[in-house]
Amino acid sequence: MSLETITSGHGETQQSVPSHRYRIARRWQLVSLPIAGLVLLPLLVIFSGWLHPESEIWRHLAETILADLVVNTIILLLGVMFGVLFLGVSLAWLTSMCRFPGQRFFDWALMLPLALPAYVLAFVFLGLLDFSGPVQGQLRTWFGPSFWFPAVRSTGGVIVVMVLVLYPYVYMLARSAFLTQGRGTLDAARILGLGPWATFFRVTLPMARPAIVAGTSLALMETLADFGTVAIFNYDTFTTAIYKAWFGLFNLQAASQLASLLLLFVALTLFSERRLRGRARYDENTRGGRPARIVLNGRNAWLATLFAGLIFSFAFLFPLIQLAFWSWEIITEDLDKRYLTLVANTVTLGISAAFVTIIGAMLLAFARRYSRNTITRSATTIGTLGYALPGSVLAVGIMLTFTGIDNFLQSVLRGFGVDVAGPILTGTIAALLLAYLVRFLAVAFGPIDSSLERIRSSLPEAARSLGAKPVMVLRRVYLPLLSPGILSAMLLVTVDVMKEMPATLLLRPFGWDTLAVRIYEMTSEGEWERAALPAITLVLAGLLPVILLVIRSSKSTTVAASTKATQ
Amino acid sequence: MSKLKFVTLLVISTTFVIPAVQAADEIVVYSARKEHLIKPLFDAYTDKTGVNIRYVTDKAGPLLARLKAEGSNTPADILMTVDAGNLWQAAQLGVLDSIDSAILQQNIPASLRDPENRWFGLSVRARTIVYSTERVKEGELSTYEALADPAWKGRLCLRTSKKVYNQSLVAMMISRLGEQKTSNVVSGWVANLAVPPFSNDTRTMQAIISGQCDVAIVNTYYFGRLLKKNPDIKLSLFWPNQKDSGVHVNISGAGVTTYAKHREQAIMLLEWLSSEEAQGLFASLNMEYPANPAVANDAVVAAWGDFKADDTNVAKAGELQKQAVMLMDRSGYR
Amino acid sequence: MKNDSKTLLQIQDIHCGYNRMVVVEGFSVDIQEGELTCLLGPSGCGKTTVLRAIAGFEPVTHGEIILNDIKISSPGFTLPPEQRCLGMVFQDYALFPHLNVIDNVCFGLHQHSRQERKYIAEQSLELVGLSALGNRYPHELSGGQQQRVAVARALAPEPELLLLDEPFSNLDVELRERLALDVRDILKERNIAAVFVTHDQHEAFVMGERIAVMQQGRIRQLDTPFGLYHEPADRFVADFIGQGRFLDGTMVGAGTVETVLGELTGNLTYNWPVGCPVDVLLRPDDVHLSEFGEYEVTITDRAFRGAETLYTVRLNTGEEILSLVPSHYDLPVGHKTGITLAVDHLILFQKT
Repeated sequence: MSLETITSGHGETQQSVPSHRYRIARRWQLVSLPIAGLVLLPLLVIFSGWLHPESEIWRHLAETILADLVVNTIILLLGVMFGVLFLGVSLAWLTSMCRFPGQRFFDWALMLPLALPAYVLAFVFLGLLDFSGPVQGQLRTWFGPSFWFPAVRSTGGVIVVMVLVLYPYVYMLARSAFLTQGRGTLDAARILGLGPWATFFRVTLPMARPAIVAGTSLALMETLADFGTVAIFNYDTFTTAIYKAWFGLFNLQAASQLASLLLLFVALTLFSERRLRGRARYDENTRGGRPARIVLNGRNAWLATLFAGLIFSFAFLFPLIQLAFWSWEIITEDLDKRYLTLVANTVTLGISAAFVTIIGAMLLAFARRYSRNTITRSATTIGTLGYALPGSVLAVGIMLTFTGIDNFLQSVLRGFGVDVAGPILTGTIAALLLAYLVRFLAVAFGPIDSSLERIRSSLPEAARSLGAKPVMVLRRVYLPLLSPGILSAMLLVTVDVMKEMPATLLLRPFGWDTLAVRIYEMTSEGEWERAALPAITLVLAGLLPVILLVIRSSKSTTVAASTKATQ
Repeated sequence: MSKLKFVTLLVISTTFVIPAVQAADEIVVYSARKEHLIKPLFDAYTDKTGVNIRYVTDKAGPLLARLKAEGSNTPADILMTVDAGNLWQAAQLGVLDSIDSAILQQNIPASLRDPENRWFGLSVRARTIVYSTERVKEGELSTYEALADPAWKGRLCLRTSKKVYNQSLVAMMISRLGEQKTSNVVSGWVANLAVPPFSNDTRTMQAIISGQCDVAIVNTYYFGRLLKKNPDIKLSLFWPNQKDSGVHVNISGAGVTTYAKHREQAIMLLEWLSSEEAQGLFASLNMEYPANPAVANDAVVAAWGDFKADDTNVAKAGELQKQAVMLMDRSGYR
Repeated sequence: MKNDSKTLLQIQDIHCGYNRMVVVEGFSVDIQEGELTCLLGPSGCGKTTVLRAIAGFEPVTHGEIILNDIKISSPGFTLPPEQRCLGMVFQDYALFPHLNVIDNVCFGLHQHSRQERKYIAEQSLELVGLSALGNRYPHELSGGQQQRVAVARALAPEPELLLLDEPFSNLDVELRERLALDVRDILKERNIAAVFVTHDQHEAFVMGERIAVMQQGRIRQLDTPFGLYHEPADRFVADFIGQGRFLDGTMVGAGTVETVLGELTGNLTYNWPVGCPVDVLLRPDDVHLSEFGEYEVTITDRAFRGAETLYTVRLNTGEEILSLVPSHYDLPVGHKTGITLAVDHLILFQKT
């Protein structure tokens, strides 16, 4: 594949699509289409549910619960949106722009909640804080039975849990956006008469907008797709209707119809956000170096530490301690050498899936860079829709696609007189990895695409003018410069795959049980405490990539900053 | 790319793509029953017969969809699920085949198997009333329906209606009392709720312990687990409807798939699972009741006392599940 | 121009463009070994496209480019840039931010051993006067230093031809001139030919031995700096190069023209018929201010330039012309004075 590089930076060549470029664009379009197709096929399978109208079920849902569910979903989305924005942005600003006691520690520690699956935090949260839990029990012993405590199994409770689990998406992306902002623009704002606060809201924040929006939309897509967490709270959302139609009313068609509506909603939202962003550009010049950190003193410093510390404790530390406590009770019964296999499977799948997904995301990002036409653009948007679907629904869509391909292959092979017993694709590692790709492409695409956007087209051109062949340009210019993005993508996808349940359950080959599968087996039987052991193992395994990222983090920040410093 | 690299890649990718070849002497099970509840049995069977058993676990819904989509290409020989509703639905979708086994028909009572012999219950789970021994006298309790009485206002806890156990309970009630009466009962329950429904039975019972409510409806094995962890809890089971229909029971069970590649082997496995030899273990792993009436209850379970169980065929639960779900939606039971 | 030098690069009648839009049309130029050629023109004239076509980043739709007797571009064929063995300095320098200065300079040295690479890189850095900064990263350098690294990097593989795309445009004026001279000296010393693109005529005059003035994808004039300034081929070139104003005139003989400032005669002959209306180009250095000048003028504007001052003066008939005089000759705006003309090269264009 050619990595011929095309620039749009020259005045005389900006307006029209050149023929040479057109060829390259078409070549890249050919790359982007199969990837988008891979995502599109399962989605089409889900949309095909409309071929069998299920008016009876629709009427029932509309008459009874649908309105409530939609309202609930909107409340949840709004709550999570404000929550992750507030926590993610404020923490990112504190750790990347300010100095306060513990700032270096919190800088990486605040990413750790990523390793904690939302449903795990949910059951720990309820186990600890619900009426029958130890906290309220203790408070009642101290202050009498009528001691007031906010309702835990409530809208607020779900929102708090979701926010605590999902804020790291915004935190991570906003943090790297803040870190790559130059002093120049901030100084300019101050000179133009803006105070520090106004500068933050009118310059720093808007410039980080693409990153913040990307992080928030990941968080919201995950909220929309979530079933496990809301189920633990018995908080009914739109996904509840999907599962009710499927499991309760035995109607997969109606479930797909509901899911496709969800998908349509997400697609429209993503599309309009991109339209809203319009032509404004957000890459900028860091000449002049990093702005000096704001040194917080006295009370402000301790408030900052307290704030970061509270969030870290509630989102990670306390849940971890509780899990450790529960695990300890059953460790002698449940911990056997099969755990080694479980961990090995989990990590192997996580890393291979990250690898495959990142290659897919890179191809899509390159395609988008070199072929900025409508088809490629829609292909990239479609490629990122898989993340918004409830896991089980997407898993079934993928499974139906693969079995469809299998059945087709088998009939073809039979035509040649070859009889293959059993499925060809379904139940292979390859199929499972493809499923992960479909689901998590969006997660990998964000960071990689934004890293790629920052690489000026003259860099690869310079490499080629110095005699570097395309492969070498990829290896010596693109990969090192993309490495911060690739690393974040690697981390996010690995951790997400390790936590992933529905697709793993449905598509894993025989014997490929993972820690998430074990958690599912325990939680679905209501054995929350026994789920703690695989959960804590999962968190520890998930910490590996986080630590890897942290070690590389300081280094990559330098590269990320310098990528733009020479502009 | 060099040839060597290409070949290496090809080798690696084929190892990822080629599924393990199936041996002739093995059985493939799709199971919605969890691994730790089936593996000891399968291990025992393999030890005894040398027949290897491979299985994947998942929720019943996705497994059914997969079985249906794979059609004649499916590797699965046996589908094992919890809840009769799922088995009924599997039979409806045509993925289970009728089997003619005298052993199974003899071991499993008629009410716990498909009238057309496409599936068989292997363990029985009773969904009954649990109450606080501190705040409720046994004499106050009588039937499920009675919990709708205003006397229980603010004292009842329930698990969510999205759980199939409650759907089956209500479905059976519809078959017994008819839609209108059942609707009144469910509305009465909802009116009596002390707190919104819980997501699982254990939490529901913990709510009674902590004093949020006095009475609830749960599966017995959850009670057993709680008791095992803390023998001092002030809870007790009550067997309702002993004068009429009996305690609501559900099953976990299995059937042989329509396109089973190892049909005979699969039937033999099911027969063994229904035998006295396997039934004790099958039930006691999860503190359930054996489906085979010839097998004695586990000592722990037996201590909770005997009861009269509802002997309506459990297939009814599947048949009426949709109706039950809709009824609960209308009654505002979340 | 040296006679013994051989032709290094031949650009023969190339067209570049996209679907319907032609960006470069019928562009031809031959470049000798060691010759410094400049492509000068306003932005959008296609000069960068020509440079990128030479580099191999743009295909040609017509004509061909021949380097050392080997065809490197023709319609449907574009030898990839990495196989052309050219050096290129980019407008934004395109230094690799993830590599330090030494590694940046080493980037193009594939064939050499590690030690050789280091040696060559150090040599190149020394050449541009940056030997002490090898371990710095690009963002730790000033603009001028970055530019020098870019030159060192492009020169390290010892190309016979160096392409420079607006190489000094990001620098301040003083630095620009000094660097341009430095680069020229390095190129001359090593006998490396260069094609460089600029929209700034001062830069072009400093570095270019030959300058191709381009407009709308075509060459308007290919000449030495002196030729361009004093004998512009057309009004566009005359306007674009240097300063000056046009006066209306009428031919009264070969090389003599009648204007509001009387009859002017230069050393160039124009075989146009008598009575033919023409435009007369007056450069500021053709016009001297003098109290005793033949024509009375009013000073309307002045721009102090250190050694000289550029005055804009209005004739009594209303036309404005420019005059460049030593700056000790200090007159306020509004002052009335006189001018004398010293026209050697009388530059005339037929009115169209």
